[in-house]
Amino acid sequence: MANIRTMSFDAVIVGGGGSGMRAALQLAQSGYKTAVITKVFPTRSHTVSAQGGITCAIASDDPNDQWQWHMYDTIKGSDYIGDQEAIEYMCQTGPEAIFELEHMGLPFSRTEQGRIYQRPFGGQSKDFGKGGQAARTCAAADRTGHALLHTLYQGNLKNETTFLNEWFAVDIVKNADNAVVGVVAINIETGETVYVKSKATVFATGGAGRIYASTTNAHICTGDGIGMTLRAGFPVQDIEMWQFHPTGIHGAGTLVTEGCRGEGGYLINKDGERFMERYAPNAKDLAGRDVVARSMVLEILEGRGCGPDGDHVYLKLDHLGEETLNAKLPGILELSRTFAHADPVVEPIPVVPTCHYMMGGIPTNVDGQALTIDKEGNDQVIEGFYACGEAACVSVHGANRLGGNSLLDLVVFGRASGMFIEKQLREGINLKDASEADIEAAMAGLNRLNGSSDGEKASDLRTELQTIMQNYFGVFRRGDYMQEGIKKLQELRPRIENVALNDKSNAFNTSRIEALELQNLLEVAEATAITAEARTESRGAHARDDFKERDDENWLCHSVFFPAEKRVGKRGVNFNLKTREAFEPQVRTY
Amino acid sequence: MLNVSIYRYNPEVDAEPYMQDFEVDTQGKDLMVLDVLEKLKAEDPTLVFRRSCREGVCGSDGMNISGKNGLACVTPLSEAVKKNKLVVRPLPGLPVIRDLVIDMGQFYAQYEEIQPYMINNSPAPAIERLQSPEERAKLDGLYECILCACCSTACPSFWWNPDKFIGPSGLLQAYRFLADSRDTATEERLANLDDPFSVFRCHGIMNCVQVCPKGLNPTKAIGHIRNMLINSAT
Repeated sequence: MANIRTMSFDAVIVGGGGSGMRAALQLAQSGYKTAVITKVFPTRSHTVSAQGGITCAIASDDPNDQWQWHMYDTIKGSDYIGDQEAIEYMCQTGPEAIFELEHMGLPFSRTEQGRIYQRPFGGQSKDFGKGGQAARTCAAADRTGHALLHTLYQGNLKNETTFLNEWFAVDIVKNADNAVVGVVAINIETGETVYVKSKATVFATGGAGRIYASTTNAHICTGDGIGMTLRAGFPVQDIEMWQFHPTGIHGAGTLVTEGCRGEGGYLINKDGERFMERYAPNAKDLAGRDVVARSMVLEILEGRGCGPDGDHVYLKLDHLGEETLNAKLPGILELSRTFAHADPVVEPIPVVPTCHYMMGGIPTNVDGQALTIDKEGNDQVIEGFYACGEAACVSVHGANRLGGNSLLDLVVFGRASGMFIEKQLREGINLKDASEADIEAAMAGLNRLNGSSDGEKASDLRTELQTIMQNYFGVFRRGDYMQEGIKKLQELRPRIENVALNDKSNAFNTSRIEALELQNLLEVAEATAITAEARTESRGAHARDDFKERDDENWLCHSVFFPAEKRVGKRGVNFNLKTREAFEPQVRTY
Repeated sequence: MLNVSIYRYNPEVDAEPYMQDFEVDTQGKDLMVLDVLEKLKAEDPTLVFRRSCREGVCGSDGMNISGKNGLACVTPLSEAVKKNKLVVRPLPGLPVIRDLVIDMGQFYAQYEEIQPYMINNSPAPAIERLQSPEERAKLDGLYECILCACCSTACPSFWWNPDKFIGPSGLLQAYRFLADSRDTATEERLANLDDPFSVFRCHGIMNCVQVCPKGLNPTKAIGHIRNMLINSAT
């Protein structure tokens, strides 16, 4: 008997970050009984750390800007495995979604005309790459994520969304038809385990940057949604595609926004050379993030790194002047002084490529419906299951995300998921109830953990996992190294499944939560490792020493990782634009 | 070795709270207080505290550090250690759930009290509502609040009247909307604050200003609200 309480909702959103709260807002506005399960108070979600802005063709900086140019940039940036239909939808719908946020009160920075301030970001162009650098990233100083997340929380308060704050979703509950009918979740404060039943379950669980030792991501970015999805037997897509942000603060890992380079900052090596001029003669420091990150690593490997160990480069900002830095990048001044002990007004910031963003995730269509792929290779909708934001792979980022596109992804697809679920609820959703055995199945992992005592410490195992990922699946990858990494992860699996939980108490037991997070990290790490080894080419963020070229003949496709067989399959990229003919793959230069 | 003294309380095990002493090898580094807590948790997994971004923007790890409220993730030992000793307690004035984790319900209720969202019922334009850089500048120093509760839990007026006084954080947010040129509910907002407690229990002690990890100034915002209330009464 699954002897636990049931709570029922029309829609349950797992995750209280940007995409989850945007989806929740849509549903709460429509009057459906909506709950957000979030393991931290919503404004502590990782969206809060986004700095530079949200990219969108609102035609403020350039009155002639066009969303089609943004679409072109995003497709090129994705190294051509972003789904063009989804990118078209995002870029076209974007302005509406941005103006809604502004009407809700988001305190955007302003131009003299009173419009939203936009700054240049990497990979942005006018006129389909022919018109030079664009300035398309809408900003609230360098605290855009904070401003956006708080505005969304405020909007949800206004619309009386139910928040299950500091609740942790443990596993998916599936019914006899393999449809998703909610989750088992723990109330962290009391330790109570509850079946949260829902007609629509939305995963907005964010990324998993904590699989790497060095990451810009918050402690909470542990891929819980991906872990649950894989344990439920559903696939993930393009999970080998991890973005390394060029400018994490050396040592601390904290993010320094691309907006620094957008405002005129640039990278230098130990000789003071502005080296990006050699690697990307046109875009220079505003080339795609994958290109800049690789160039930095090459500078370091070739002995031109800075510092006593030559293991980082410098981001120079002092030439912008104190006034500009205070007005445009106040948060960066604070972070650099705190974590790098460097004052950017007078000295450069030591930076190094740092794990930042998971391009892959749960495959979905534009409406947020989660997908699996049947034996004939056709997409099949998983009934009752939806995903949006970083946890999803809709896919607008393909093999490399452009800066400023993650916040747009959050609001556009959070909103789209909410609207689609609203429509489905109106038409009526009828899913079979979960049986006792179905609920019991979703509690198996938790029950096993609660009974465990003689295993190893979660913190030690987590460090080991992060070190493996950092060493074998970093900016540059190689087949034999990756095979070794996969073997090490295989050895780690039984040890992590047997992790010790010596603290059995119920009140705010973060040991239990961290052990569950560790198990999620392992699922993400293993899927990443196996898929990365399988993709025998270099594309976007996936750069292999042993397969240096992009291989469109074999790999102009999504990878799909099936957890039951640990098999990597392929899925076609969507080239069906509604408003024009598709953008054909080109050689990608900046 | 650094001496660390930490407030411990697990309601299922402990009859009452106590201070537990630890020794931590910092290897001479000027670590952040959060780093020290993480080291201790690796040794003693029962130690409980909140944390998320570890860079001072999410507001999870507000705590009382050697007598002063602050965020553990951006407070270096060099600022917090006195005579080789670090003392960490939960934020004062709110119920403790366990160890360094407090029940923030009261604090959040005060935030909700001030209607922390834009109110403007005129039809929205097809683009953004225009706002000049000067109008927007009035929001600087207000919108950056991270709801960490360091200020309110350092405020004696909040300790005495948490049910009636909105507290520095809530009032800072109240002024954030009063100061926004796009918000049209000024009168309604002021009417909701116009009683002897909500605003006027602030006695200008300025503990809030001293502890705010974002360098914000709630006392100044409260002063602006007072002036608006007084002006609207005449």
